[in-house]
Amino acid sequence: MALCREPVDRRPGFHREPVNTIVSFRNVSVCLGRKEILRDLSFDVEAGETLVLLGRSGSGKTTALKMVNGLLCPSAGEVLVEGTATTAWHPIRLKRRIGYVIQEAGLFPHFTVAANVGLVPRLEGWTPHDIQARVHALLDQVGLPPAQFASRYPRELSGGQRQRVGVARALAADPPLLLFDEPFGALDPVTRVELQRQFLELRRRLGKTAIFVTHDVREALLVATRIALLHNGRLAVLSTPSEFLRAQGEEARAFLACLDSNVASS
Amino acid sequence: MTADLAREVIALTVEHLVLVGVSMAIAVAVAIPAGILLTRRAPLQGWVLGFANVMQTVPSLALFGFLIPLPFIGGIGKHTAIIALVLYALLPVLRNTLTGILGVDPAVRESAIAMGMTGRQLLWKVELPLAARTILAGVRVATVTTIGTATIAAAIGGGGLGVFIFRGLASVDSTLILAGAVPAALIALVADGGLGWVEKKLSPA
Repeated sequence: MALCREPVDRRPGFHREPVNTIVSFRNVSVCLGRKEILRDLSFDVEAGETLVLLGRSGSGKTTALKMVNGLLCPSAGEVLVEGTATTAWHPIRLKRRIGYVIQEAGLFPHFTVAANVGLVPRLEGWTPHDIQARVHALLDQVGLPPAQFASRYPRELSGGQRQRVGVARALAADPPLLLFDEPFGALDPVTRVELQRQFLELRRRLGKTAIFVTHDVREALLVATRIALLHNGRLAVLSTPSEFLRAQGEEARAFLACLDSNVASS
Repeated sequence: MTADLAREVIALTVEHLVLVGVSMAIAVAVAIPAGILLTRRAPLQGWVLGFANVMQTVPSLALFGFLIPLPFIGGIGKHTAIIALVLYALLPVLRNTLTGILGVDPAVRESAIAMGMTGRQLLWKVELPLAARTILAGVRVATVTTIGTATIAAAIGGGGLGVFIFRGLASVDSTLILAGAVPAALIALVADGGLGWVEKKLSPA
């Protein structure tokens, strides 16, 4: 956490972060109208880690995620990405540097799988040859053989396959940071476990930094290197998964309790 | 059917097609950009749709009549007829452009923005392709309606197949009425079929 660290001059544009902090929330608050969604949120995300934002619906976790790639802006405080405030980044450049995966994948229904995956490289002006090579490599990586899948449309895929395409699309321009907004929330339990495994496998291979939103405490414990538990827009707990299992605090206990009942019923 | 009548049918059919073609071209050129603009200006939507709605409720013969005394845009002749036809055709195209674009799945729009598409790319690569079918359905409805309404243009000297119909009504000659009504109906059927075919082709994959 910020408090545990040496104070660092973080004036926007002043320097690149000396430590490998990719994302840094600095006293971030967000108000929509009179409703306060996030309240004084501060935490850092280091290179290579997977920070899970865990919380109930309405806890502000998705809002926090959307602050990182500039889909939303803080009402107070700032979010630094690679040492520069999101508001100081060029909005398009920032978004293209960050991969984004959402529930149901949000694939473009009128694009083929290949066109979906190759979107950001195409926007970035890669040559068709490079794009094709990249798309095929990515489809292989997420377990969708290009020969079979490249020319299909999203409606011709299962939910799990669509989500794999969503992951491949997010990886396309090789962004250093990936955001996942409940990516596996709409999948059946078996497919969900498959994709969680694939996520861990990709992380091991690619070493990307990721911020991952979920309301599923099991998923959080499985994929996280650190868990940030949000409750009513505040940070309730920030700890490693093993510490989280011993966390006190009412909200953490509530989440851990549903872990127990899950275990009991299975 | 005499040779004279046949020639006149062809001439008036061509005139009718020009009336409809010009009116629809103007209506589409105005309504689609206006519809796109409205998707970005939510507070205006009610006003503009309201205006287009009111235009549509004015009985067509009355609208042609109202336009005659107006300076510059009014008077007797083709241009007045075209203005009236444009006013009628605006609503279906405008409304369908609006609903087509607003109907794009918010998740798809959000991921387009999150991928770093510019506003223009979002419009041309995502919103318009996905709304194309709905927009074309509006154009199709407007075209078929305009083909029928254009027969009334003859009442204010706009020409077209309505000339036969009004002449037939005046002389109680059903052959003349049919000489206007049948080609108009055929044009409408062909336009409906043709645009329907394009609409299917445009179906978002």
